[in-house]
Amino acid sequence: MSDKNAHAYWRANVRIVLTLLLVWFFISFVCGILLADFLDQFRIGGFKLGFWMAQQGSIYGFIVLIYVYIRQMDKLDRKFDLDHRASSQPSRDDSTNPDQEDQA
Amino acid sequence: MSVQIWTYLFIFMSFGLYIAIAIWSKAGSTHDFYVAGGGVHPMTNGMATAADWMSAASFISMAGLISFLGRDGTYYLMGWTGGYVLLALMLAPYLRKFGKFTVPAFIGDRYYSQSARLVAVFCAIIVSFVYVCGQMQGAGIVFSRFLEVDITTGVVIGMAIVFFYAVLGGMKGVTYTQVAQYCVLIFAYMVPAIFISMLMTGNPIPQLGFGSELTPEFGGGYLLDRLDGISEELGFGTYTAGQKSTQDVFFITAALMFGTAGLPHVIIRFFTVPSVRDARRSAGFALVFIAILYTTAPAIAAFSKTNLMNTVNDAEYASMPAWFSTWERTRLISFDDKNGDGRIQYVGDPQRNELTVNRDIMVLANPEIANLPGWVVALVAAGALAAALSTAAGLLLVISTSISHDLLKRCLAPDITEKQELLYARGAIFVAVLIAGYFGINPPGFVAEVVAFAFGLAAASFFPAIVLGIFYSRMNRQGAVAGMLTGFCFTAAYIIYFKFINPAMSNAEHWWFGISPEGIGTLGTLLNLVVALSVCRMTAEPPQEVQTIVRNIRLPGEHLHGS
Repeated sequence: MSDKNAHAYWRANVRIVLTLLLVWFFISFVCGILLADFLDQFRIGGFKLGFWMAQQGSIYGFIVLIYVYIRQMDKLDRKFDLDHRASSQPSRDDSTNPDQEDQA
Repeated sequence: MSVQIWTYLFIFMSFGLYIAIAIWSKAGSTHDFYVAGGGVHPMTNGMATAADWMSAASFISMAGLISFLGRDGTYYLMGWTGGYVLLALMLAPYLRKFGKFTVPAFIGDRYYSQSARLVAVFCAIIVSFVYVCGQMQGAGIVFSRFLEVDITTGVVIGMAIVFFYAVLGGMKGVTYTQVAQYCVLIFAYMVPAIFISMLMTGNPIPQLGFGSELTPEFGGGYLLDRLDGISEELGFGTYTAGQKSTQDVFFITAALMFGTAGLPHVIIRFFTVPSVRDARRSAGFALVFIAILYTTAPAIAAFSKTNLMNTVNDAEYASMPAWFSTWERTRLISFDDKNGDGRIQYVGDPQRNELTVNRDIMVLANPEIANLPGWVVALVAAGALAAALSTAAGLLLVISTSISHDLLKRCLAPDITEKQELLYARGAIFVAVLIAGYFGINPPGFVAEVVAFAFGLAAASFFPAIVLGIFYSRMNRQGAVAGMLTGFCFTAAYIIYFKFINPAMSNAEHWWFGISPEGIGTLGTLLNLVVALSVCRMTAEPPQEVQTIVRNIRLPGEHLHGS
């Protein structure tokens, strides 16, 4: 991969991570803590919404976030043709091949 | 069959299983011993990570803590799951690509410095030791309560089992035993929760049950409204509203998240999967497996709090059910009839309150309170042991690799052969088990206190150093070392001051910005970042080959050749 491509790949990667972290911050810190009292005026079944976000909703949200990340990164890897190599990369062992590290 | 016999049966069977797995997965090389040969399936690794992560505290204490904290208990729930988002997005894939065995190896190589490596080794060992002592103590408590052997015997049995499979199998043995332990612990946690949810609300899914209406026998109406009502009436405050200050909850949650993402025994699990893609997938699996327990815990908290208050308040002491006296004997519940009327007053006002309840009872006594069959009660014992032993094994591995690989092979004695290194790794586990066992039998009074330490320190030292190492290629040795030392010392000083030197001052009035010692790791993390970035600006940029390492870990598959 050329330096230019590597750079573009990394920028796209960082954009995905930052977007998802914004959502992460919003569902946990904003909904679960800062706005919890405000959200408590709404209800789903027996739950007050703020309480539910704090003890249930945020955790489900975290799972969704990781799976969105996995999908987006798979797509990105395919776009930059890193896909097949990504799954066949041999594991490296630095104690048996001390010189192999950082040899790039 | 009695509960006792069921307990022996379950514990005997589960321990037999762990030993069989250990013999089957014996490690032959350092590669096996440190990263299980690097060929673990992402789902297998996800399960192992979940067991590795969920400790005696998660299994035994968390639901109880939440039941006493109400909505504020959320900092454990969000803190200990939200950290996995950080781990999945910011650490795991890149560290997997880096392809080494340990966290200090990354720090040492990325910051081209033996002193950075040593600082990391030191932090890793301290953090892991603090944690492992708590696990051994947890195992001892379970043995003594359920089998009525003394704590010492219990801890020795636990030590022997962990020692056997960790020494024999290393990471390989630990990985497959942890998978078995996950199955045991999640089954043991869910069965009583499902039973109680059905009993109280008729809904078999506890996550939905605690937002449902109570069955007529329990008085009908939404469970949480009912719980709020009695809590207020008795002077405990509203269960579903916050009691602590918002900024403190905010900071504690953040410290637990950063700490989770920086804990070495969790990070190294991601070195065992075959590829970067698998590392991402594995983080997803891990969080799903963890979330099953973590979303059930608040339900158990609400069920058992309601149940407890319904059963005990203003009830006659003489007419208490059998479980009450069982747990009174273990001193987890104690009754002091202050006004001498023979009835139990369980109220928020400490002057009038007559009942002291240990939080652990919420999980341990739950099956008995709900009148579940003996085998369910016994299952909880096996589950708690699985949780304690799986976490202890993961931590012992970190201690052993830090010593044999980072300290000996990479620093002090680079000439040792692979065979010798393996021998040292096994020897280090042996010594670590003995020390952990000693602290399990003679628990220092501060075990609970130092948990805040472990998270705060992991957050303030490792997390920023690793993230900057990946996301900021200009980050250099001077900045990283200065940042880690500042974060570590600041956090340690704040916690030691308020927890040990001057505990009387430990209240919102004296805390900085109202942040309790549990949450100070967040400030330590920020301080680390600021110091690292400022020092980095003022010093030389890292050598070319280090910048090439950084470029390489950012690409999942291929090796980029120097620019």
